[in-house]
Amino acid sequence: MDIPKNIFYTKDHEWARIDGKTAYIGITDYAQSSLGDITFVELPKIGEELKQSKYCATVESVKAASEVYAPLSGKVTSINTQLAAHPELINQSAYEKGYFFSLQISNEAEKANLMDASAYQRYVEGLAK
Amino acid sequence: MKLIFEKHKEGRRGFSYGDCDVGKAKPLAEKYCRKRQAHLACLSELDVIRHYTNLSRLNYSVDTNFYPLGSCTMKYNPKFCEQIASLDGFSQLHPLLPQLSGGGMLAQGSLEVLYESEKLLCEITGMSAFTMQPLAGAHGELTGVMLIAAYHKNKGSRRKYVIVPDSSHGTNPSSAAIAGYEVVVIPTGSDGYMDLVEYKKHLTEELAAVMLTCPDTLGIFNPRIKEIADLAHACGALMYYDGANLNAMLGKCRPGDIGFDVMHINLHKTFATPHGGGGPGAGPVGVNEKLIEFLPISRVIRRADGTFALDYHQPKSIGYIAPFYGNFGVILKAYAYILHLGREGLIKAAEIAVLNANYCQAKLKKYYDLPFNKTCMHECVFSASRQAKNGVHALDIAKYLIDRGFHPPTIYFPLIVKEALMIEPTETESKETIDAFIEAMIEIARLAEENPSAVTAAPLRMPIKRLDEVRAARQPDLNWKPLALFPD
Amino acid sequence: MSYIPHTQEDIQEVLQVIGVKNINELFKDIPAALSPKSFKIPASKSEFEVTQALRKLSLKNATGLVNFVGAGFYDHFIPAGVDALAGRSEFYTAYTPYQPECSQGWLQAIYEYQSIICQLTGLDVSNASLYDGGTALFEAMMMAIRQTGRNKIILDSGVNLIYRTMLYTYTLNLSVEFVEIPVVHGQSSRGELLKHLDDRTAAVILQNPNFFGAVDDHSDIVNEAHKFGALAIASVYPVSLGMLKAPGEMGFDIATGEGQSLGIPLSFGGPYLGFMAVKNELVRQMPGRIVGATVDSGGKRGFVLTLQTREQHIRRQKATSNICSNEALCALRAAVFVSLLGREGLKELAAHNYQKAEFAKEELSRVKGVAVKRSSPTFNEFTVLLPKSADEVVRRMIEKGFACGFPLGKFYKGMDNYLLIAVTEKRTKEEIVRLTDSLEAVL
Repeated sequence: MDIPKNIFYTKDHEWARIDGKTAYIGITDYAQSSLGDITFVELPKIGEELKQSKYCATVESVKAASEVYAPLSGKVTSINTQLAAHPELINQSAYEKGYFFSLQISNEAEKANLMDASAYQRYVEGLAK
Repeated sequence: MKLIFEKHKEGRRGFSYGDCDVGKAKPLAEKYCRKRQAHLACLSELDVIRHYTNLSRLNYSVDTNFYPLGSCTMKYNPKFCEQIASLDGFSQLHPLLPQLSGGGMLAQGSLEVLYESEKLLCEITGMSAFTMQPLAGAHGELTGVMLIAAYHKNKGSRRKYVIVPDSSHGTNPSSAAIAGYEVVVIPTGSDGYMDLVEYKKHLTEELAAVMLTCPDTLGIFNPRIKEIADLAHACGALMYYDGANLNAMLGKCRPGDIGFDVMHINLHKTFATPHGGGGPGAGPVGVNEKLIEFLPISRVIRRADGTFALDYHQPKSIGYIAPFYGNFGVILKAYAYILHLGREGLIKAAEIAVLNANYCQAKLKKYYDLPFNKTCMHECVFSASRQAKNGVHALDIAKYLIDRGFHPPTIYFPLIVKEALMIEPTETESKETIDAFIEAMIEIARLAEENPSAVTAAPLRMPIKRLDEVRAARQPDLNWKPLALFPD
Repeated sequence: MSYIPHTQEDIQEVLQVIGVKNINELFKDIPAALSPKSFKIPASKSEFEVTQALRKLSLKNATGLVNFVGAGFYDHFIPAGVDALAGRSEFYTAYTPYQPECSQGWLQAIYEYQSIICQLTGLDVSNASLYDGGTALFEAMMMAIRQTGRNKIILDSGVNLIYRTMLYTYTLNLSVEFVEIPVVHGQSSRGELLKHLDDRTAAVILQNPNFFGAVDDHSDIVNEAHKFGALAIASVYPVSLGMLKAPGEMGFDIATGEGQSLGIPLSFGGPYLGFMAVKNELVRQMPGRIVGATVDSGGKRGFVLTLQTREQHIRRQKATSNICSNEALCALRAAVFVSLLGREGLKELAAHNYQKAEFAKEELSRVKGVAVKRSSPTFNEFTVLLPKSADEVVRRMIEKGFACGFPLGKFYKGMDNYLLIAVTEKRTKEEIVRLTDSLEAVL
């Protein structure tokens, strides 16, 4: 299971890479492998205001549809347009080419609600038991 | 097989209307006419007959294969019912005839069928009245929830929630949502019953209804069903009975006696009308006294002189949920089936359906995990978790069964059982057929231990191997696109 | 009789395996207090008895009338090949093709059906069928509401009243705002419609030919709707599409309709066939099953149910629709019907309907006191104004062996003297002439 350092995680298996005021958002390696081959993603619109832990996107495999919740609050500044034609990027590169969108962080304090890599690692190991 | 469009040959005809016996009229102005013609294949009649006959042979069906598809009640569909539905007097009747002035007497036969079917369903279920209009089970659910909404509205209360257990059919929460309700999902406890502690937390004045399937989708009859109903009633909510599994209950227990207020029946399951490759079905909705006034119009009534009529004067009716009187052809087949089986036949159907399901459960529980080890009703639900550890998933078992000539059990449902294998043998299958199926299931369990790849490679004997469903969803190809052979 | 093959011995053996003494033990979970209070179902009747009884009932229905009633449901000829193929039990005793390897026949047939619907409507994608034309229109409206995030619907009153009533019923507990547009001289009133079109409008719903039989080109309305970001929905009569401009050609986003005219018997109102076709960008909002082509592990073409994450069995309360069972067998009938006719047969069918209706208009306009409404062109159904109550005329014509049409006063206020007459390819010149003569006699 790939769990990169220096990025932040949620219990619903989203990740956020924070770069100054901007955060890049996606789903974790654990999430993509439990979903299996991803067939479709519905992303938020640019300019949309997202709230931490609230619905922001949908990701679908052949027999399942899962909701994705925003790891942080903020305004969507860009979306990964590649995913429309190539949802498999999420399977192939969950943390890089398979990111979902970026947002402008509106409340830095919310970072405290996220897990770091080692906490997430323990969390995922706990789920396996 | 080639697509029918790929068999096109310019100049061929499969059917002709002959010369028109009236003179040519002035053509319609061009702006109203289509410019791009519809690219439809030109073929001979034999081309078409052979094409679809050969396609039909690529299907498993009840008439060709054992079809223990759980939750779908794939019992034998008697042939005489088909014959009756195709009688000219029924099949050629225009639905608007009885609505014409002086037309009331033109449809007495069909109106009698509707009236008498309704009476029989009332007696079978213990409900007070039925509308025969809903066109399928899910359509019945939606109608039922709309009736519940009308009932609460009439009382001046706007309730917000509908409770469904997590074991329910997907149609239940979906129907409730489409009717405008928020859905509260109650988990199933480790004993296989709905978690009553959790249930009680949601019994508020905002609760509109509780939708239950009984026996439920695990094939289990909840002995505390009456208590669940009474609790809901105590807070003013109504009880909805999903009749998908009514086959096990015929003459054994009636939803009306338990206290359910509204229910639907899938005629295509319990009353043996064919499933038609996905439909048509029929989903009549039954109600008790307090909901009759809200039923959709029209209602079929019997006049004092013994004739039948359509009644549209129901001021509190929710209105029209279907264009006419339901899927009449389906209702007619179910009616013929009930008359033929009679009282004892219906009871026997339930008994043997339950017997067969318990037989499958008893024979297979050594080999497959049984998440809820209880006497089952019409179906038993196993989990292939033990086999999955060796890489043999429910899906693989399904594919291997296909190679062995059996339609697989339901495997994508219920969602609360991992690697579900939901087996509903029905009453019309012989012991020999069921034994052969059990033998195949035991063989798979053995292969899962000894030679998993023999199962995971299946199917090998079918015209196609496993299909790439990921590609189908990622690059949807949903219809044939005209090629050069059809110039615009 | 219950079609049960078990012998007494079978039952005993099975009981022994289960480990119970008798069948009643299997029902022990049902508390005694919940035993049926009554179960008074008549005793079994033999197959012969039931068949005779129902044959007798069927003869109480009047199917001998010469039928000029349409109103959205038409008396068309059904070639024998349709019954022969839809009567193959390998089709009709199967269920939804969840397991593609043993359902390729059904899956391919539905894929072909979807392709035919796309060709007829001129739109990009069709689903595998819905219940009927009315529920299909409701589903289309809900798609538009979801897609636009708006809730105002402009509904042309040329849409079949049965369908309009269904839309109102289904939305009783939802917040949908309807604006009904009156029909002027048989056609959609552009002025009224444009007045109500705004940026709160989710969709404009039109019917072609409309309930009065009038044929229209709605391209201009569709264009205006799109300017406001609203969708345009057409309810259409598929037989007419052998001649009339297709919804796709007019720019409609969604076309729905009743497919009964494509080889499905009238059967007193069902089972029928709701069809739906949409533009590509709406595919994920579609209700119901959809079949797609793909390849198997050997690279061979095959068909599967696809885009299932829209559906209730996966998405539950968030599904695009609650539909599960559909009308697949009726869709098969439509596919076979259209395939037998082929491109030329469908044009011929449309032409015969049009020509016979035009002939009937000519004939009827010679009857004193009958005014054939000619403000709009028509396809195979048209409106006439009678000198007295259409209800009464219909009643007297029944005595003469004709179901001569549908009296519009039943559905529209102030139209008591109007009669809606449908003329399909089944009506002969001789029958049309007799209709005219009989009408003359009763007026």
